[in-house]
Amino acid sequence: MPMNRRRFLLGTAIVGGGLLLGYASTRPSKHQQANATLAGNAAPFLTTWLRIAPDNTVTVLVPHSEMGQGVLTALPMMAADELDADWNLVHVEQAPATDLFANGVLVKGFATSLGVSIPGFLDGLATSATMKVAEIMNMQITGGSSSVRFTGEQGMRVAGAAARKMLLQAAAQQLEVPESELSTRLSHVHHEASGRSLSYGELASAAAQFEPPANPVLKRPEQYTLMGRPIPRIDIPAKVDGTAPFGIDARPAGMLYAAVKTAPVFGSRLASVDSASALQRRGVVRVVELDDAVAVVADNYWRARQALDAMAVSFDSTANDAVTTQSIFAQYDQALQGELSEDVEKGDTPAAISAANSVVEATYRVPYLAHAAMEPMNCTVHFHDGRCDVWTGTQDNLGIRGRVASLSGLDENAVTVHAHYLGGGFGRRLPNATNTIDQATRIAMQFDVPVKTVWSREDDMQQDYYRPAVTSRFRAGFDAAGQLTAWENHYIGKNEPAEAAHTPYSIPNQSIAYADSPTHIPFGAWRSVAHSQHTFFLESFVDELAHHAGQNPYQFRLNLLADKPRHAAVLKAAAERAGWDGNLPAGRARGIALQESFGSIVAQVAEVSIGEAGEVRVHRVTCAIDCGRAVNPDTVRSQAESGVIFGLTAALYGEITIDKGAVVQRNFNDYEMLRLRESPEIDVVTIESGAALGGLGEPATPPIAAAVANALYILTGQRVRELPLKNYRFTAAPSERA
Amino acid sequence: MARFRVNGIAQELDIEPQMPLLWALRDELGLTGTKFGCGIAACGACTVIVNGNPVRSCVTPVSAIEGAEITTIEGLAVNAAGGLTPVQQAWIEHQVPQCGYCQSGMIMAVSALLATNPAPSDAEIDGAITNVCRCGTYPRIRSAIRSLTGATA
Repeated sequence: MPMNRRRFLLGTAIVGGGLLLGYASTRPSKHQQANATLAGNAAPFLTTWLRIAPDNTVTVLVPHSEMGQGVLTALPMMAADELDADWNLVHVEQAPATDLFANGVLVKGFATSLGVSIPGFLDGLATSATMKVAEIMNMQITGGSSSVRFTGEQGMRVAGAAARKMLLQAAAQQLEVPESELSTRLSHVHHEASGRSLSYGELASAAAQFEPPANPVLKRPEQYTLMGRPIPRIDIPAKVDGTAPFGIDARPAGMLYAAVKTAPVFGSRLASVDSASALQRRGVVRVVELDDAVAVVADNYWRARQALDAMAVSFDSTANDAVTTQSIFAQYDQALQGELSEDVEKGDTPAAISAANSVVEATYRVPYLAHAAMEPMNCTVHFHDGRCDVWTGTQDNLGIRGRVASLSGLDENAVTVHAHYLGGGFGRRLPNATNTIDQATRIAMQFDVPVKTVWSREDDMQQDYYRPAVTSRFRAGFDAAGQLTAWENHYIGKNEPAEAAHTPYSIPNQSIAYADSPTHIPFGAWRSVAHSQHTFFLESFVDELAHHAGQNPYQFRLNLLADKPRHAAVLKAAAERAGWDGNLPAGRARGIALQESFGSIVAQVAEVSIGEAGEVRVHRVTCAIDCGRAVNPDTVRSQAESGVIFGLTAALYGEITIDKGAVVQRNFNDYEMLRLRESPEIDVVTIESGAALGGLGEPATPPIAAAVANALYILTGQRVRELPLKNYRFTAAPSERA
Repeated sequence: MARFRVNGIAQELDIEPQMPLLWALRDELGLTGTKFGCGIAACGACTVIVNGNPVRSCVTPVSAIEGAEITTIEGLAVNAAGGLTPVQQAWIEHQVPQCGYCQSGMIMAVSALLATNPAPSDAEIDGAITNVCRCGTYPRIRSAIRSLTGATA
């Protein structure tokens, strides 16, 4: 398919001729509102997310952020497919950050899938006095692997089908034939009997006069023309020639640059600043003191940074100045001795354990992790004429509009957020992780020119909202017949998703409980959230149980999945594709792991060896995924590859340690990343189960750490119960040496 | 005065000799295709080509490149048919970028490698391409490079 190289526009004003179709199912008034406020008479919306122009082009407005997951392509594919649009005539725009384009479907999606009204990773917002609930519920958030399964399934497809219905109604009127004699194909309505046809562009104005149907008929999978095909991503051409606009690239006229030094111990306050020398340096405009930070504003980022580094700055001491990683884990151990809160109670676990023929116990733990998105955190803000413009890459443009409005005291409608591509999100750019945006806003409030605040890599590493460190303790019991009868798991800190610590395996007696043990380290959502820690624990411990029972770890799992046919099928697919029982080169072993998260089920088999220096080498990863149905199969593969490498980087290298109350690691030299030479071959198998669509951005991340650790056990006889693997020097067991 | 050529155009900038080339390109010349990633030459997001060699511009003071010919991502395809070089075309063909932030530096590093070694072995590729991609596009980077060197995956 030929690619139009410039099909995507970020943050354009919605003007020009055409028809804008309003998504009507949940908010029938919205398309009229859109037409009234944005389109004018010549350019009506058919739904808030679809516009059809007289030249027959279709523009899809996407209310999610592109951070490499392909949402700017997948969502328009879903709308265009239901609309029967010609893909070559489809254009894509970022929906503006206004209430009109808030995403009610997403709120509903979270509500129905999680059984709560607000997703947990927004808890910080929900309880914050500075944020209004309205700002949360009117969201354009990109997180929870939710865009395609909620906005796409319940929003885009419905919008496309509703628009198609309205175009058919208009054509029936114009051609004076019954609607049942009409068909649609490639952005035209056809009347086969008379050989007449009308383009969508010709029909758009008339179609906009009809009310969008509330429940339009959606296509069956065999009718899809775009969904299920590997369509090239719309955002890629601009990402190979340097023109893709990231937040850090914004350059509004007259802009100044800010470099910031923030208190290293979270919660500490700025004590003193000696700004005299900084103010004499070339290009320095002002030194701005904030509660917990100091900024130098200059005419060039490097000059601002140099001046900041030369300045004497001190921060107040705090009650947390002696906190270390060791003290946090000791605090966790103590909390696990105390009172626990119930997570899952099934059967009588204490009785089953005391009656057990054998009991297996183990304690696992994982460290804090930073997100380390490639684009350092940044935000450009301009206060002028009682208004404010914001340029940044965020996982929720509307949420950021609300945040800047509440910090500055402006009305939300006086704040314009200019959307940009995100140089990585992974949870770091969610609207409950706004420390950079808060600083940028407070600094810019003191200027009438735009100010771009850019964090260094060191700022980013040391002022993150970290994936929490977790300790998890297990006991399991087998009866005299060798059946697994009891499962006890006590862990620290219940997080989202709520089911992350639950085992998929059929075990009659289960007691899962947790202790809260808060620290002063800020935490946030990190790709796959609590699944990333718990899948390592659950799938490693199950592997221990398999070996204890003297069984093949794959078969052991399969036997416990009799009532979970989708899980069993995915596990089987991974094992078969990887040649689970097949021969391996000497010195290599395979490990397997399985997890359901965000509505998708993933099993991975890792093929691992030990290098000459005792380091772990991962040669090949087979990743089987059941996400119901692949909307864009190439994106399914790329997200699976990405998830594996993200999880593998954490398993091999990821470790944020705390000393003197602050983060020790500073940059990529001491917080290492996987690189090309260590990147395994990744074989992705997709299973089209036809189940409800599952997410894709996150589910491939959780299983890989356990899959690698389980292979290492076979190779070395050593059970890995703490990550990262870089802290071990492995020696292959004699029988496994090459 | 710092004097060098960027994408064929002579530049004369009144900047400090210690200023890294990265910030001269981004803040002084407005060439934002070259990215800031780490500031310590550890990630390669800022890679540009200086006199034919890949250079991490975040640690290269402009005093060190006096009179040099610099190519950035914006200038890579200046003389290429169809507006893109074969490396850029392969990146589209293999759908390499995800977030895309590291890809300017990645493409510059690969372009510099292939200009001097048109058929690198896997080990040579591993040795030369040490840039960080947080999205993990490495499998596609490898297959895109292989498609350019005639090697099969």
